[in-house]
Amino acid sequence: MSTTTATAGNHPARASGVDHGTTGGDLGRLVVRALRRESRRLDALFINLALPVGIMVVFVYVFGGAIATGSSGLSYIDFVVPAVLLLSAGYGAALTAANVAEEMNEGLIDRLRTLPISSWVVPTSHVIASVARNVVTAGLALAAAVALGFRPDATVLDWALVLALVGGYILAVSAMAVVWGLAVKSTQAAEAFSFIVLFLPYLSDGFVPAETMPGVLRGFAEHQPITPLVETARALLLDQPIGNAGWIAAAWLAAAVVISVPTAAVLFRRRTTS
Amino acid sequence: MDAAISARGLTKAFGATRVLTGVDLAVAPGTLLALLGPNGSGKTTTVRILTTLLPADAGAATVAGHDVRREGAAVRRSIGLTAQHATVDELLTGRENLELFAGLHHLSGPEGRRRAAELLERFELADAANRRVGTYSGGMRRRLDLAASMVAAPRVLFLDEPTTGLDPRSRAELWSVIRELLAAGTTILLTTQYLEEADQLADRIAVINNGRIVADDTPDALKRQTGSERLLLRLERPQDLPRAGALLARAEGGPHLDADAGEVTMAIRDPEQLRHALARLHEAGIGVDQVELRTPTLDDVFFELTKAAA
Repeated sequence: MSTTTATAGNHPARASGVDHGTTGGDLGRLVVRALRRESRRLDALFINLALPVGIMVVFVYVFGGAIATGSSGLSYIDFVVPAVLLLSAGYGAALTAANVAEEMNEGLIDRLRTLPISSWVVPTSHVIASVARNVVTAGLALAAAVALGFRPDATVLDWALVLALVGGYILAVSAMAVVWGLAVKSTQAAEAFSFIVLFLPYLSDGFVPAETMPGVLRGFAEHQPITPLVETARALLLDQPIGNAGWIAAAWLAAAVVISVPTAAVLFRRRTTS
Repeated sequence: MDAAISARGLTKAFGATRVLTGVDLAVAPGTLLALLGPNGSGKTTTVRILTTLLPADAGAATVAGHDVRREGAAVRRSIGLTAQHATVDELLTGRENLELFAGLHHLSGPEGRRRAAELLERFELADAANRRVGTYSGGMRRRLDLAASMVAAPRVLFLDEPTTGLDPRSRAELWSVIRELLAAGTTILLTTQYLEEADQLADRIAVINNGRIVADDTPDALKRQTGSERLLLRLERPQDLPRAGALLARAEGGPHLDADAGEVTMAIRDPEQLRHALARLHEAGIGVDQVELRTPTLDDVFFELTKAAA
């Protein structure tokens, strides 16, 4: 037992005379931990990877023949791929809510909070891990789309902007998911967020043209954030005119992040000091 | 020497519920204080305040010389906490957990790996080091939890009911680990519901009830106060109870009469008292149905302490 003596001389953190701690380092360690956790939940990992590919197949083969794309003049696969891309990225990012809620309900958060680290790195690590994981998932969904016959027509700059758009969407949804995960008490309630994020794209211009919807729904579809996001992705991938969609999409994403981050900070503080 | 942990007048309320109504504690460096009390008495709240997890409504506390409210970061660098519920990541292996916490304590990579390996060996988890914690038994998980608290060799360790729910063998193992930490100079505050545990490990025992410390003394002194063992006598005829009570009243630790059960309970300190008690009842012609000798429970301690306070 002499190895774990508590005298200052044997204090391992001080013995070297160097504190190797940086906030970035702490964040990195927790991101690695979050990704490790993800990779070990095989059921969740499978759904995360299989769902986008499955949805892509369903839309292209099952609905593809029956759905007309209206005035866009696109084949259905070209029309729907950007929406499926955002849908699957958003769904994966929304799972962050359950991860955060689970973490808050486990004893581990107490240990993390008694460590000499800034407490905000804990929720932040979930957001960063979510972005890393879901950018990869979105890439897989896109690869599946190409295998099914999707032929993008995009320059290198277009691809970079698509990456920024999808990454920004994942970031915004993950940040909102942290807020949701901190606001609800149970993991089950946190999972409801995935459902909302999964459902919203259906009420957009993403899967069927908004012009085919009845009045009220059409008004909603044309003004909800998913529509400009899908239109931007479509324009970038298929070399079409982008119009105002790009700026509107960027504004929605920026607003979501700017509102979510301080809200999450306040909720985290409240949840961890009572 | 200054106390390693000291608290004065800590109060805490959650809404209308007053959880702590004025907790004073002092733990000398290198000693173990057992905070003994039933569920809901304020043990965990006290630990959460001292480990900076929860702000107190009033009062002040220092841990390792740092004020818990104003110098939270300095406190967190000096302490380890094993909370009541498992505070390790079930999806990571034992080794990954310890290396993660070593990193978050800002040990360098090689140092952290060495420290993790050393602790796994020390806590007899080396064979299970590369298995996920989710597959561990309750005792192994508790040991890993304790190892995780020891990663940075903290000067002050908080153990919140570390043996609750463990089988006797795991409990004994954990006790021996705690004794070794103590021998190495660590200051420990341990909460428990078990008098026996406090008696086995503690230099001092603070008894907490309804958010207040009702006794704070060495185990021996507390035992003198409560009697080391309880003698229970069930009388053949319950109507003899008042007479039996009067006969035994002269005995130290005064008898407690239970009219419904026809039982007399009294604290005894040595076997002679048992012989005297039985002899007295026999001389008075009071028949005894059943004689039971048992170690004091927390109930007995509280009974004695509240009686003393009245």
